[in-house]
Amino acid sequence: MSGNAPDLEALARVYRSLRLIRRVEEEVARIYPSDKIKSPVHLSIGQEAVAVGICDVLKPDDVMSATYRGHAGYLAKGGNLKQMMAELYGKGTGCAGGKAGSMHLVDMSANVLGMSAVVGTTIPIAAGYALALAREGKGRIAAGFMGDGATEEGVFSETLNFAALHKLPILFVCENNGFAIHSPTSHRWASDALCERVATYGIPTQEITDGNVFSIRDAAEKAVGEIRAGGGPQFMECHTYRWREHVGPNEDYDDGYRNRDDFQFWRDNDQVAQTGDMLDASDRGAIDAEIEAEISEAVDFAEQSPWPKPEELFNHVFAD
Amino acid sequence: MSSPTDARTLSYVEALQEAVEQEMGRDENVFVIGLNVDDHKAIQGTTKGLIYKFGPERVMDTPLSEDAVTGISIGAAMAGMRPIHVHIRMDFLMLCMNQLVNMGAKAHYMYNGQLSVPMVSRSIIGKSWGQGAQHSQGLHSMFMHVPGLKVVAPTNAYDAKGCMIAAIRDNNPVIFVEHRLLYSTDAPVPKDPYTVEFGKARISGEGSDISLVGISYMLVECLAARDLLADVGISAEVIDPVSLMPLDIDTIAASANRTGKLLVVDNAWTAAGASAEIVAAVCERGGAMNVGRMGYAPTTCPTTPELEKEFYPNAATIAARAYAMVRPDDKPWMPDVEPTLPHEAAFRGPF
Repeated sequence: MSGNAPDLEALARVYRSLRLIRRVEEEVARIYPSDKIKSPVHLSIGQEAVAVGICDVLKPDDVMSATYRGHAGYLAKGGNLKQMMAELYGKGTGCAGGKAGSMHLVDMSANVLGMSAVVGTTIPIAAGYALALAREGKGRIAAGFMGDGATEEGVFSETLNFAALHKLPILFVCENNGFAIHSPTSHRWASDALCERVATYGIPTQEITDGNVFSIRDAAEKAVGEIRAGGGPQFMECHTYRWREHVGPNEDYDDGYRNRDDFQFWRDNDQVAQTGDMLDASDRGAIDAEIEAEISEAVDFAEQSPWPKPEELFNHVFAD
Repeated sequence: MSSPTDARTLSYVEALQEAVEQEMGRDENVFVIGLNVDDHKAIQGTTKGLIYKFGPERVMDTPLSEDAVTGISIGAAMAGMRPIHVHIRMDFLMLCMNQLVNMGAKAHYMYNGQLSVPMVSRSIIGKSWGQGAQHSQGLHSMFMHVPGLKVVAPTNAYDAKGCMIAAIRDNNPVIFVEHRLLYSTDAPVPKDPYTVEFGKARISGEGSDISLVGISYMLVECLAARDLLADVGISAEVIDPVSLMPLDIDTIAASANRTGKLLVVDNAWTAAGASAEIVAAVCERGGAMNVGRMGYAPTTCPTTPELEKEFYPNAATIAARAYAMVRPDDKPWMPDVEPTLPHEAAFRGPF
């Protein structure tokens, strides 16, 4: 493994977060064919290390915005699992009362900004939140996640320029999984020098290619420290790999746009397994048991929660 | 609410400026953001002096980047600030559509009340002196279509100040529609801050034979048409919706039911527009009435004045249409007046 050797507490914390996300999403995939989850799900399975590595160095009052592939970010930042599961079920007890579903998760009690299904839209919104945090002057920062496809949107470049110009306290995180739905970056990028493009705005960048959660965490720790000290925005490109199909619970290695061999490196490099193996077996077993209980409780909560009442349709169209 | 006695005569520009300055003084979360808001022209004077009083952190010049700056405004609003994002023409709001429609309008609902977006998006519709295809569009109906956005189009200095203060204090995104030719108009404006409530139409001139609804600058043309109609013995009631979303159909429908005739004149195209919405909403309430709509010619706005004058409704064409609705058996009548009102004729641009 690369990255600094973590202390036991950090290791256990990181493993717990990785494992929770993996198991929650495996459970979502298991339940999905029952049609109880009435929301398109974009699973993060395989990509957990990015959200976990970044969020592990954020403080509770820092703000994080994620993408529609956002279960990992939501959980890594401390979003409420029961409310997330209820949201996927469309229940009134969901984090957004059933109005958001999987793609628009939100939990402001954990400073998880709302997610968006329109690629790239949350990039400037995270920056705007960071502008407000700068004015507040309490040292809080924002972390704005995006996929590789979002970097092709004009608003990405516009926001980088604005954030650099005003030295906004924001960490931009690109989760580069190599595909926009099914289109590889080779169909979309004239050059893969993403960090170099970003660096022209005067923004420090780091590219983490090995997918290692502690490499990501170390890079994030350095970046976040500098941002918090007033150094302005930073950018991280974290290479990763989506193990399941773009949307839905299944694998899609027989669909012709990629094959199982492509992902061998990532499978061999599974961060959930690797961090788990670093733990003492009994410690790991205890964490795993806790997670299973937590998930079971969340699924029960979702199953037993009531549907939203019809009059909820018109609630919150406008703020009072 | 101020007493009328402290009112001075202010221009529409001065009223807007005063509203923003007073609100920035009242609430430190209010800030102005947009290209050139801090320069010597100060958005035709509407942001005059703010940079000196409040500094560059609260009067932020921007890169053009309308898409990002809209998103940044939404993000800042979610965090509790109250941005006023300024555009010198409404046409540029097309660059903001993704953020306004997909995020700004929906955030409060989609996140079930966990976030709200208290922001104002100011924009100016241009007319005359060669504004042409891309400096003249009235695109308010696009925003009226989307739940979660409020749309206001005040037509006088009093409403400009009251609506701006209401918009800044509103906890939703408000599309604030201004018209360049209204900027030089003036009205008594109370000095103390006050709000003009959204969703309340104003009867700008009473009448009994026909109801004219004028949106944005067309309210001014409707009032001039009312004078022309009075000369031939027709009494026209003129209604200013003031806010388009929420829309006060009650007041408009009550007037239309009283006169039996409704002519809606929009500062925009008629197709799928505000005029269609108003006429449909009134008709849905029942009652026998004759309805009509006027608006931009269904073409792109040309720059040359010889074509441009054919593009817009004006007091004479509005009066002629109203006359035909009130006296359908008479031969057509067209008042013999210049197609431009005095303050429009005086306008020399460039913007």
